[in-house]
Amino acid sequence: MSTHHDIAVIGAGPAGGNAALVAARAGLDVVLLDEQPVPGGQVWRGKSPSIHSAPQTPESQSGDALRQALTESAVEQLTDARVWDIRRQDDRWALQVLRNGESHEVAASALILATGAREYVQPVPGWTTPGVIGLAGATALFKQSLTLPGTRTVVSGTGPLVFYVASEIRRLGGEVAAVVTPNTRGEWARALPAMAGQPRLLGRGALWVADLMLARVPILWGHAISEVFGGNSVTGVRARRLGENDPGQEFSADSVCVGHGLIPQIEAAQMLGVHILHDPALGGWVPEVQPDGATRVDGLYLTGDGCGIRGATAAALQGVLTGARVARDMGKSTHMPSLRPWRRAAKFGRAMTALSQPRASVAALTTDETIVCRCESLRRADILAEIAIGAQSTNAVKSGRRAGMGPCGGKYCQTAIAALIAAQTGKPLSEIAPPTPRPPLRPVPLSQAAGDFDYDDLPIPKPAPL
Amino acid sequence: MTQAIPYDIAIIGGGIMGCATALRVAEGGMTAIVLDQGDLGQGASGVNAGTLSLQIKRVKLMPYALRGHHLWEQMGDAVGFAKTGGFTLAFTPREADMLHERQTLKAEAGAPIEFVANNRLRDAEPHLTHKVQAASFCAEDGYANSSLTGRYYRGRLQDANIPYREGCKVTAIKEGAPFELSTPQGTIRATRILLAAGAWLKPLAALLNVDLPVNARVNTVSVTERMPPLIRSVIGHATGLLTMKQKANGTVLIGGGWQGRGTPQEGRGTVDAHTVRPNLALAQYAVPALGSARVLRSWTGFEANVPDFYPLAGPLPGVPGAFVLGCVRGGYTIGPYIGQLMGDSILGREPEMPLFDPGRDFEKDTA
Repeated sequence: MSTHHDIAVIGAGPAGGNAALVAARAGLDVVLLDEQPVPGGQVWRGKSPSIHSAPQTPESQSGDALRQALTESAVEQLTDARVWDIRRQDDRWALQVLRNGESHEVAASALILATGAREYVQPVPGWTTPGVIGLAGATALFKQSLTLPGTRTVVSGTGPLVFYVASEIRRLGGEVAAVVTPNTRGEWARALPAMAGQPRLLGRGALWVADLMLARVPILWGHAISEVFGGNSVTGVRARRLGENDPGQEFSADSVCVGHGLIPQIEAAQMLGVHILHDPALGGWVPEVQPDGATRVDGLYLTGDGCGIRGATAAALQGVLTGARVARDMGKSTHMPSLRPWRRAAKFGRAMTALSQPRASVAALTTDETIVCRCESLRRADILAEIAIGAQSTNAVKSGRRAGMGPCGGKYCQTAIAALIAAQTGKPLSEIAPPTPRPPLRPVPLSQAAGDFDYDDLPIPKPAPL
Repeated sequence: MTQAIPYDIAIIGGGIMGCATALRVAEGGMTAIVLDQGDLGQGASGVNAGTLSLQIKRVKLMPYALRGHHLWEQMGDAVGFAKTGGFTLAFTPREADMLHERQTLKAEAGAPIEFVANNRLRDAEPHLTHKVQAASFCAEDGYANSSLTGRYYRGRLQDANIPYREGCKVTAIKEGAPFELSTPQGTIRATRILLAAGAWLKPLAALLNVDLPVNARVNTVSVTERMPPLIRSVIGHATGLLTMKQKANGTVLIGGGWQGRGTPQEGRGTVDAHTVRPNLALAQYAVPALGSARVLRSWTGFEANVPDFYPLAGPLPGVPGAFVLGCVRGGYTIGPYIGQLMGDSILGREPEMPLFDPGRDFEKDTA
């Protein structure tokens, strides 16, 4: 079974959703696929249907507006849909889509990948203790189900997200034991000029910090969690001042939210032949792509944070640009929007990403015994041993130790492993490429990947030479 | 950056065959260097399904495969070797006939292959489907972990003080005494060269204006997440469309020569969902409980061959001092052994078994 569309958009966040809308308004037949039950992506994530009313936030309002616009549009929405394979077949893209327990094929002439970001957490002793979740993971809890990570939470990490999460925990009635951020006040001060172009976002950030200060929540600048306590569940953390021989201070807590920046999800683009470049201020490895989403691969477009972490505001604007670009390339006369608003938003986003990026002083808190690859329970010492016997690439570490061969496919460990290889070999991070990405894009149950099968249809090949 | 004294030999291609040859010539007193365009053992040597099965070897190559098997067993844990025994299954009367005819010839060639009754098969592999019509068994069969190839040979080369360069693609070869190889890491000079670049032999030989009739199959392998014990032995299919094994860690590796897309000249091959799907379906047909396993990864590797499907192992025609080794059907099993033979030949010794003249007429089915 295959259905053909002009355009398939993977990812219904601010970028993918807007790209789909613009292309559909230009008269194209668009299908929009997303793993979540409703469009919105991570930042504009929709609420669970079991929640009938909740106070609005700027994110929920933006998300509701997008969902409303999509409902009123001609865009075909496939939610709860997991794309596990993409291939070029003659002049079209063929997507294998898992939905309602079955796999079927969706075909389209043009493909827009709006695959967004994932979170990085620098491993420290105890970071795999139950009760530790990511900062971005925490925002998903708030937005989708108004759920708190615990009753008393230490919130730690880089960039603006740490203050947003702490402030949301308080707004939803939780207690924040402390905010621990590797960023210094000086770093934030230096980022101010780049932030000035987005006064609304700047103002919101100032309110988050003000709220925390008024509530006398300890804010530890230039600090990071060096250890999480608790065996089967979190009992507390130690936070240390970075770069100093600081014994640190302990905070009791039953939960920890921690994150060290976002990483673009580039695997699908890589598999389709897009080159990648290293740009730390955009979140690490990013695909080679034009501001309007065009790539060197015929019929393939990329948009939003998957092209580099610039934030939801920039992603929504880039989605509009990409939708218009695709429509024009497909022969529709459409208004080409100005790049300027996107550039302004992107400048802000880039400054936030630069503040958020992983840093050596935090990486130094990983000990030899710290688990680095959680799928395969590999400690830092295991990775270092593999490098010491000659592994010079992430592929070599993966082959030798299975780091990246577990269910996550290396999504959670590769940033830390690349940093270890760089540190041990003296090579810059820009020379330590991520391991070769492998399909499926997501783990897929074998029976569903296999689909219907009739033994008699097996194409029996010419026997191998005897 | 030109070294003062040329190496006795530069080996282009750091897979099993190149590394095994390097180790042999170094034992014989030659100075050698191994060059690879990527990492050691990351081509076919490192991405194949790791099957060490005599049941899928060519009759004439059986003596080589038996010796290769022995070498893998000696490498042992360092390469994840496991001698599990292997069953080859037939699900239809036609497949049963084919199985019988082919495995009889292979048994005559020296592989300890026997035909087994269904009750024995079910005792050994209770999770197998009951639709099996006939099965053969070889107690010598098993597997190794091909992911460990690079790490293993890196260690062996280091121990033997043989230099190797990774990420070192040879872009030009100047004939002469010595040869001069242009690479991104400078010019390498060597008295002899061995082309051991697997599926990349054709473009490599073209640097010397030699046209090797090398084709590449794009074989696909998939792996599941860790599962409870489902199969103990290596499972094959009479048509060759399925190979399957469960590793000690519980993951199940599924292959069978289903074709992906791409060519060596374009870089890495790509998986084709349209061929992976029937491969997985056949695996589930053989072991129904596999249906609930999640597939984590599929990948491809290039298997090189020449029209008569026998190896290239000997002097490169028309280029004195140049040798070629590759295109060995069953190359993972046979590679460590044929590398030794190649090394002996380069050292000027008579190899224990005959090599395969790269200058032969490929249209004739003779070696």
